[in-house]
Formats: sequence, C-alpha cells, structure tokens
Amino acid sequence: MPAAPGYRQRQVLMDNDRLRRTLQRIAHEIVERHSDQAGTVLVGIRSRGVPLARRLASMIRDAVGVAPPVGALDITLYRDDLRMSASQPTLRGTDIPVSIDERTVILVDDVLFTGRSVRGALDELIDFGRPARIELAVVVDRGHRELPIRADYVGGVVSTAREDIVQVLIEEEDGQDAVVIIKPHDALGELSSHATRAVNEKARKPSSPRAAARRRR
Amino acid sequence: MTRFSGRHLLGIEPLEPADISALLDTAETLREVLTRPIKKVPTLRGKTIVNLFYEASTRTRSSFEMAEKALSADTLSISMATASVQKGETLLDTARNIEAMQPDMIVMRHSSSGAPHFLSRNCRSAVVNAGDGAHEHPTQALLDAFTLRQKRGRLQGLRVAIIGDLLHSRVMRSNLWLLKKMKADVILCGPPTLVPPGIESLAPCTFRIDEAIEGADAVMMLRIQLERMSGGFFPSLREYHQRFGLTEARMKRAKNNVLIMHPGPINRGVEIASEVADGPYSVILDQVTNGVAVRMAVLFLLLGGSEVAS
Repeated sequence: MPAAPGYRQRQVLMDNDRLRRTLQRIAHEIVERHSDQAGTVLVGIRSRGVPLARRLASMIRDAVGVAPPVGALDITLYRDDLRMSASQPTLRGTDIPVSIDERTVILVDDVLFTGRSVRGALDELIDFGRPARIELAVVVDRGHRELPIRADYVGGVVSTAREDIVQVLIEEEDGQDAVVIIKPHDALGELSSHATRAVNEKARKPSSPRAAARRRR
Repeated sequence: MTRFSGRHLLGIEPLEPADISALLDTAETLREVLTRPIKKVPTLRGKTIVNLFYEASTRTRSSFEMAEKALSADTLSISMATASVQKGETLLDTARNIEAMQPDMIVMRHSSSGAPHFLSRNCRSAVVNAGDGAHEHPTQALLDAFTLRQKRGRLQGLRVAIIGDLLHSRVMRSNLWLLKKMKADVILCGPPTLVPPGIESLAPCTFRIDEAIEGADAVMMLRIQLERMSGGFFPSLREYHQRFGLTEARMKRAKNNVLIMHPGPINRGVEIASEVADGPYSVILDQVTNGVAVRMAVLFLLLGGSEVAS
C-alpha cells in the first residue's frame, strides 16, 4: 500500500500471525463474558470493522459451536465532521440482520482513535432499537480520545503521535493482514521505537483470564 | 462507487454517466434508511431547504419533503400559487428575498424552462430542478431509472418505449437524456401534433403505438397535459385513447414481463386503461416509493460534505 504524501515511514506493528492471535484472544474474551451467543450480535463499523466482526464470529463458533449474528454499520450519515470533509462521502450501507432489542451488541472496529466514529455508531445503533448493552471491541487503541469512550476488548495499545496513521489491513479489503503505523518523514526514530515497544509488551503478556479481567477494569 | 461532481442538479443533460451511477448507487443505500424503525438519520441537521413551487404538485413536493425530513433537514415549502407572485413580485426578487434568509438549498418547480438555471446563477444556495416548463424533470428520470434498475438489474440494452404527449413533457426529455447516456434503447411515440420537431435526431420516433410497444422491456406512458394545451392537438380524449392509449390488448406486443411506468398523475381511460395501471406489470407505485430514496440521494450528494469543497 503506497503511503500518503509526506507520510513515508511505514512500520509493521502486527503481522498476519500476530493479528490472528490477537483476534483469537478477543474472541475468547467475548466468550468468557457472554456464554449465551443467542443474546449477542456483533456489529462491524464499515469498512474494516465488518470483516473483523465476521472473523470474530467464526472464531467464536470454533470455540463454542454457535456463531453470533453479524451486522454492518455505515456511520457516514451520522458523522459529525460531514460538513467539514472536503471530499464527497461514499455510502456503503447499514445492515442489521436481527432485532437488537434486549441483545448485547458488540461493536467491532479496527482502530480506536478520537472516539468520534464510535459516537456516530452508538447514535445509529440506538435508532435501530434498545439493546440490553453495547460493548466495543477494537484491534488497536492508539489514544488521543476526544470523547469519553473506552473499549471493552482491546487487541493492543499503541502510543502514537496525533499525525501518525495507524492502519489495520485486512485480507478481504486490502489483500493482506497486518497492522502498520505510518509516520511523517521527520518523526521517525524515537516515536517509532516507542510504538513498537508498547505493542511488544502487550504481546508478551500471557492471555490468562485474569489478565483479561485486569484489562477490562 | 463514483462521485457526483455538480453543485446543483438542474437537469440530466449536463450529467456524466458516472454522476448518474453515483446518484443511483447512493439512492440504493439510502433506501434502507426508510425501512428502519426510526426512518430518520441526522445527516443534514441544521441545513435549511426551501421548496419553491410555482406550479401545482402533490407527488414531487411531498416526495422532496419526505426525503428532506428523513435526512433531518429543516424544510420550508412555499406554494407560489398562493404567494407574493400573485402580488406582482418577479422571480429574481423572490429569489433574493429567500436567499436573504440563507437557505442551503432551493428546490424549485416553475412553468418556464430555464427558471432554475436563472436561480442558480443568482443564488449562493444549491438549486435542484423539480421540473421546469417543458425542459427537464431530473429527479423523475432518476427515479424511473432507479425503478428500471431495481426490477431489471441494469439499464444498458433495455428497450424503453416512451409514449404520449412528447411535446409538453419534461419527463420525456429527462428520461431520454438519461436512458441514452446509460445506453438503453429508447423509442418515442405520440400523435404527430404532440411530437416536438427535430426529436428524431435524438431517438427513433413513431406515430404507431403498436410499433413502439413491440418487444419493449418497459413502457413509460406520459400524461396528456391538458393544462398546457392551448390548441386542438387531437379531436377528443376518447379518440386519443383509441389511438394512443395503453390497453391490455396492446401490451401483448411487449416482452412477457414488461414494466408499465407512469410519472403520474394518471388520466385513467385516456393515456392508460385502468386494468393496465392497476395490473400486475404496473410499477407506478414503486416509482413513487423509490422517489423518496432518489431525492434523498440528490440532497445528500449536494449538501453532504460539500461545504468546503464548493
């Protein structure tokens, strides 16, 4: 994938295998918390949240024999920066296959950044019904929140500078699986090693139920 | 999905095929919003849209209003038949006064061809043509195309007959541009007195309805617009029905699963027989349903995310 102009330094934070294990761990945490998959629905935030939600659903099926239903949320119509974006938005559509009333909805997204997409997703979900509970699963939490939003399931925490770009690449959308950070040309060195260290520490920790519980707190 | 490039929607003629596809694809996505428990999204919150109708309209105006409300825009509908135009105000003065209230968009219907174009040159707001004289009615053509695509999966290669009062019909003109741009085959048909001169340079034209219907995938019937007729274009409505009315017997010449379309309001027993209008091949009410989604797409692509870009 070519980097945007001015963003030259690309570094892999998670490779194919690491991303798979990360999703596996999130799937297990979901199963730990929700024994009844019939009361759960995974809703991916377009675009990359959707294939991620599908993968989590199939991993949950491998673990407990039943896959939760998977939906897709296109939050374009709910964005708070629509009037500020210079380019015309593209719609890909929302598809919630089951009633979300009284179910636990687990929102799935690739990167948690300002929290504004999640805000839009929450607003849109509420227009579809009254879920018993809404949780959030993300592959990467890169900080810089602008709203009081946190994730319930986090694949990895990465320290970033605001102008960095963190991308979760998905086979279905991008032709490969990886998490990469793209840094402005002049900001390499110190920041990039910082980010790598953060992810490595996270990955070294064994994923015990106790560790998962600690993360949730 | 490709992008829609304009700032106004004044007609189909200036659009590129990619613009038309972008509008239809967006409408396809927005249709889902209308099936939700809460049929409303906050996308155009804080935008003001003025519907300025100089001609009577039920369908088009209510369809625009529903689309505007579903996208959370604030709307104001002015029917000029009962407004200050009766007191002698010119179009430009009305436009300047409405503009002074700073709307984001003006949706306009006018009996003079080119009135929305004039408005767009004199206003900051985005302008949508909701029908201008005998010139264009772009959202009608888009909803017709949307319905065709919904029922047949494509536009390219479809044989579409457009039959009736071609002379006064802005619906025919917009549809003709759109269908030609999307590579459908159009055949026109009407009585010689209601065929505009030179139209055969754009599409084949016949005076015999059976010839037009032969092998058609879709038949679009046009309303006899008595209110626009100042002379005797045909001897009587009954004779018109006999020669140019769509009846069950005539429909047999079309393809098996032909789509019967009409922009409404229909004159039963004149351009279309009741059995056909209410029959199994009629998609007239689907056209009305689709009109809301198509108009939502127009509003969204013109007002959503365009503030900085424009």
